[in-house]
Amino acid sequence: MKIHEYQAKYILHQFGIPIPRGHPCFSVDEAVAAAEKLGGSTWVVKAQIHAGGRGKGGGVKIARSLDEVKQFAAKILGMTLITPQTGPQGQVVRRLLIEQGIDIRKEFYIGLVVDRGRRRVCLMASAEGGMDIEQVAADHPEKIHKVYIDPEVGLTVAEAEDITNRIGFSGAAVVETAALLQNLYRAYDSTDASLVEINPLILTGENHIAALDAKMNFDDNALFRHPDIAGLRDLDEEDAAEIEASRYGLSYISLDGNIGCLVNGAGLAMATMDIIKLYGGNPANFLDVGGGATTEKVTEAFKLMLRNPRLQAILINIFGGIMRCDVIAEGVVTAAREVRLHVPLVVRLEGTNADIGKKILAESGLAIISAGNMADAAEKVVTATASAASATSAAIPATGS
Amino acid sequence: MSILIDRDTRVMTQGITGKTGQFHTRMCRDYAHGKECFVAGVNPKKGGEDFEGIPIFATVEEAKQATGATVSVIYVPPPFAAAAIDEAVDAELDLVICITEGIPVRDMIRACRRMEGRKTRLVGPNCPGIITPDEIKIGIMPGYIHRKGRVGVVSRSGTLTYEAVAQLMEQGLGQSTCIGTGGDPVNGLRHLDVMQLFNEDDETDAVLMVGEIGGTDEEDCARWIKENMRKPVVGYIAGLTAPPGRRMGHAGAVISGGRGTAQEKLAVLEECGIKVARNPAEMGKVLKSALGC
Repeated sequence: MKIHEYQAKYILHQFGIPIPRGHPCFSVDEAVAAAEKLGGSTWVVKAQIHAGGRGKGGGVKIARSLDEVKQFAAKILGMTLITPQTGPQGQVVRRLLIEQGIDIRKEFYIGLVVDRGRRRVCLMASAEGGMDIEQVAADHPEKIHKVYIDPEVGLTVAEAEDITNRIGFSGAAVVETAALLQNLYRAYDSTDASLVEINPLILTGENHIAALDAKMNFDDNALFRHPDIAGLRDLDEEDAAEIEASRYGLSYISLDGNIGCLVNGAGLAMATMDIIKLYGGNPANFLDVGGGATTEKVTEAFKLMLRNPRLQAILINIFGGIMRCDVIAEGVVTAAREVRLHVPLVVRLEGTNADIGKKILAESGLAIISAGNMADAAEKVVTATASAASATSAAIPATGS
Repeated sequence: MSILIDRDTRVMTQGITGKTGQFHTRMCRDYAHGKECFVAGVNPKKGGEDFEGIPIFATVEEAKQATGATVSVIYVPPPFAAAAIDEAVDAELDLVICITEGIPVRDMIRACRRMEGRKTRLVGPNCPGIITPDEIKIGIMPGYIHRKGRVGVVSRSGTLTYEAVAQLMEQGLGQSTCIGTGGDPVNGLRHLDVMQLFNEDDETDAVLMVGEIGGTDEEDCARWIKENMRKPVVGYIAGLTAPPGRRMGHAGAVISGGRGTAQEKLAVLEECGIKVARNPAEMGKVLKSALGC
């Protein structure tokens, strides 16, 4: 789960991480009031969306008067911010963070993430802060310093000071920064975070450090023990279909194609998307109904796909192991009756009770194209999509330009 | 020989009294030699009782002492699953197969840390388990789709493994052992560990390696294969169409920081001389051709 920058900073502050003074705002008036309250002569107006790269998209502005705060807040609030991470459709800005301006002497990068290979949390630090850190990692891996943290011990003072030295700190700032790193690991560990990034961590004109930006993601599987963090979920930042899916325990991801896929199991679902592409089609979604899907779950999954306006065909690919194909078939029939099925449906059932499932589908009176194996299914759904598309374009007279 | 488990393996089920544990213990007991293999259950509150004739013990240690079981399978719910792994490790079992899905990564990091230097091997979590066809199945895969044979299968996934097995069967190829290593980012045995076991197994002639996006398990394994493997290996990688930064169902199936893409994995596999099935419908066919039959 992702949260906003201002929420991440609030959490980190509770673990002793220094952050600039600031206030989250939901309106222009609130933004101006926040700036007045903060005082000073410069402020930073920051769009709060979950995606990164906000500065490049025009979502971060430095204001040198209250008038400018008002001007920038009005401009950013409600704008559709397009960054390299939002995708071309962008994300509407609904919240702002107004912060005091800070004199920056130097910028660093700090990150914490799980290293799967070593089965440990990895602390990464670099003197190349503020930059696109993935680019730094690709071009100059030697400029990123790492510590793999022993979960039994935590990040030791020696480790923290060593990496602080390696990124170029000296003098009193070493102790301050090492303490920050230890606190940061404590924050990561005790909140079940899956990612913490401070980019940049800054050294101020007065030789102090502060987290100028902050990003925290959390392990969805651990949210049950952090109800306070779970409460920070911002549904406005998520895809409506994906929210609906999560309500029914379905794993769903919207994609930009036109062939809906309903599959049991994540690996098989990915393979199904791949084979659609291989045969010249484009998947509209990833949808894993899981191992223990009920008729109700399948019905909801089916409805979810049918809500997509781009949808031109559906491929159902089920390998029944513990999940029985007759259950799937009943779900499909129920859903198709409830929601008007307006696109071709290709079904491939394999495994437990596949024959009973096929029989249920055949006797339902629904126009279902049955497929023998994955390749056959992909080929048939791509063909069906092409003919559905040409039927649609034939029905709409060309308007000319 | 097969790898890791065979008809002489004695198994205890941790979480035998839950709905999932009951259901799958029944299925496993009813498969091949399961009746002799599944000898104990563990539940801290129900020691002394039994599950359909299988005695239940309060601790793993007691179950091991009383029955000689050296392998455990875990169906314990996610908040308590890591502690169940710890208990099995402390009792010095040979192998722990954790089926449970949804264990926090933090718990697995600690569990894996506590396993360092210990004798116990872990498979999973969030995995379908292991099957040595016509001998024993420990896990949730449908037993009936498998037949004894000489192809090893290793995969991170559940149903995609069943698909692979079905394709092998269509080519008339049975399996020595099939292992699902699980879809989580922090887990026990990985492709490489399993490949080493298959390499040493004289009943395995070839291996089908089914991978997916995320992490570097497949690449690490491919590099080892290039230097050490004496048997043909066929690879398939799922997720060519997966968008970066999105978790594709499995907690571990995510392309992050531009790493772990299917393209990258396929390129490494091919560089290492591994035959690759680009079409997921042709895993069985490509393996058969790799066997030269």
